[in-house]
Amino acid sequence: MSLLLVIEQVLNGLQFGVMLFLMAAGLTLIFGVMGLINLAHGSLYMIGAFAAAAVAGATGSFLLGLISALAAAAAMGAIVELTVIRRLYKRDHLDQVLATFALILIFSEGTRWVFGSFPLYLDVPNWLSGPVTLPGGIEYPAYRLAIIVVGFAVAAGLFWMIGRTRIGIQIRAGETDREMIAALGIDIDRLYTLVFALGAALAGLAGALVGAIQSVQVGMGEPVLILAFVVIVIGGIGSIKGAFIGAILLGLTDTLGRSFLPVLFGTVMDPSAATAVGSALASMLIYILMAAVLIYRPTGLFGRV
Amino acid sequence: MILKNFALAAVIAALTGTTALAGGHSDAAKVGMITTLSGGGAGLGIDVRDGFQLALKMAGAENVELVIEDDQRKPEIAVQLADKMIQSEQVDVMTGIIWSNLAMAVVPAATAQGKFYLSPNAGPSALAGKGCHPNYFNVAWQNDNLHEAAGAYANEAGFANSFILAPNYPAGQDALTGYKRFYEGELAGEIYTKLGQTDYAAEIAQIRASGADSVFFFLPGGMGISFLKQYAASGVDLPVVGPAFSFDQGILQAVGDAALGVKNTSQWNKDIDNEANAAFVAAFQEEYGRLPSLYASQGFDTANLLLSALEKAPVSDADAFRAALKEADFASTRGNFSFGPNNHPIQDIYVREVIQEGDVFTNKIIATALTNHSDAYAAECQM
Repeated sequence: MSLLLVIEQVLNGLQFGVMLFLMAAGLTLIFGVMGLINLAHGSLYMIGAFAAAAVAGATGSFLLGLISALAAAAAMGAIVELTVIRRLYKRDHLDQVLATFALILIFSEGTRWVFGSFPLYLDVPNWLSGPVTLPGGIEYPAYRLAIIVVGFAVAAGLFWMIGRTRIGIQIRAGETDREMIAALGIDIDRLYTLVFALGAALAGLAGALVGAIQSVQVGMGEPVLILAFVVIVIGGIGSIKGAFIGAILLGLTDTLGRSFLPVLFGTVMDPSAATAVGSALASMLIYILMAAVLIYRPTGLFGRV
Repeated sequence: MILKNFALAAVIAALTGTTALAGGHSDAAKVGMITTLSGGGAGLGIDVRDGFQLALKMAGAENVELVIEDDQRKPEIAVQLADKMIQSEQVDVMTGIIWSNLAMAVVPAATAQGKFYLSPNAGPSALAGKGCHPNYFNVAWQNDNLHEAAGAYANEAGFANSFILAPNYPAGQDALTGYKRFYEGELAGEIYTKLGQTDYAAEIAQIRASGADSVFFFLPGGMGISFLKQYAASGVDLPVVGPAFSFDQGILQAVGDAALGVKNTSQWNKDIDNEANAAFVAAFQEEYGRLPSLYASQGFDTANLLLSALEKAPVSDADAFRAALKEADFASTRGNFSFGPNNHPIQDIYVREVIQEGDVFTNKIIATALTNHSDAYAAECQM
């Protein structure tokens, strides 16, 4: 186990973490501002990936694909908010879970109806394909490096927007006291639609970015959705900062656990048993992390008490 | 009152009598197909269904009534559907299941109730060895087969230090076991990944650091697409070998360039040179407007096996029908095909290479990995 391998795995963990952040940011904003549990967030991730694959396939331009992923997911988010989600704010969480679960089924079968049952093709653009050599002689895929950069840029942009802009103040105010800001003359319905579309756009971006290195297929969003929920529980529901720290923590824990736990067990038991025990434990690791965080901070790392 | 009931009973008896007469042709059969038509693995079930229906259509078989249901890749739903088909639809023969865990939930119960089951895909080891059943026929392969062929190919290609990985579930463990059963070299590493995992950066980094000279992987469906794309981007350029499941026609277009030149093992390919296969490939393309996959060929062969048996014996005569199935007297798209003592195939398994024809990615056969290959569990089967 060389230092180079450790550094490469840390980069992998970071990349995984920022992807989770893009998903979790929207989820936590929507929960924080509107108090809504949105299970269909994974479907918006899928819509982003399909839009990117369709447009990139038709035009040959990956950037156009990315832009249309953002647009399609945001538009779909706004439509869903206006037609379905809006009716759910006053209902209890069980109704929200049921309704957004129905949305998952509708989106999945609708996507299959439009695009068919076979996975679509979306590849990284030529100018980002292949590995780059980092200082220290580490070969690392250029595209993954680009994902890390985009992820950090989006995070910085979100922090700036929430902390420094008028709309950010409205969002924070909406989290704290929604009646009050409505009374102050802010159009709360428009704010909700905007926040929902923003969260959807981030999920769509994540879907498009990941679609290029994974497979674009129906149902791709649900496994990520579960991880995104783990992230916001660890980070504290409603907190963007918590989502960021939680996502990076989860990405690193999962990646490093997967790669080094079997090796660690290999020092005390025979290789095939170590592989079995190590990989079993590695897949539990993030949930153990979540449980540990909840024991010490029941509201998550940055949750309000 | 008694008289009324009696009259009713008489009418019912008369009615059933007529139906029995109407359905009395000896070659009629009702077939229940439970397969995956929605959700992540739908492409496989759709191919099996399309291949099966194509065979019926080409044979002009009006004697077979086909009931199709979608199991959504969920064992509990497959069990419900199987009960419905056996109890209320009263099918004679069942088929269609793609996934081994679903097959394990449905097949033993169905065969125990006297139904025939023809597997167009799943071939778990539990049903090939001690759990074999005279009414269970596998028309595809035993799960280990293609991996064993990959191991045999690895020896031939001179690989001496393989890195192997598969998802951590029964078929994944069967895969690595199958590969190791034939592969004679050293192992540079052995990894079980999470089922459904889509990011393989951590595993690829380990492959890079392991000093391996080759990679064997079994990652069906979307997992394989993700792995191959990420592997190609990583700059690791060790030769890769795997079973056909990650290189089948439905997936290749989504993988693109990343799969070019990769060797994979399969019992079928569209360029196997025999009349039945040429007719199948041409008819499938005309009917559905896409190239057939190995799953489609398995569905097609399953239907033709059924039709060949129905010509010889009625389903109602279970012993004669079973014997007729066992003869496997049909023109398989694979060429030589027969059943071993455990009703699993004895067939050749080929090595294929991924090539590009125009702008379509597909496979061509470059060698035969194993000839007249049976499976490792046949000896344990007592029936």
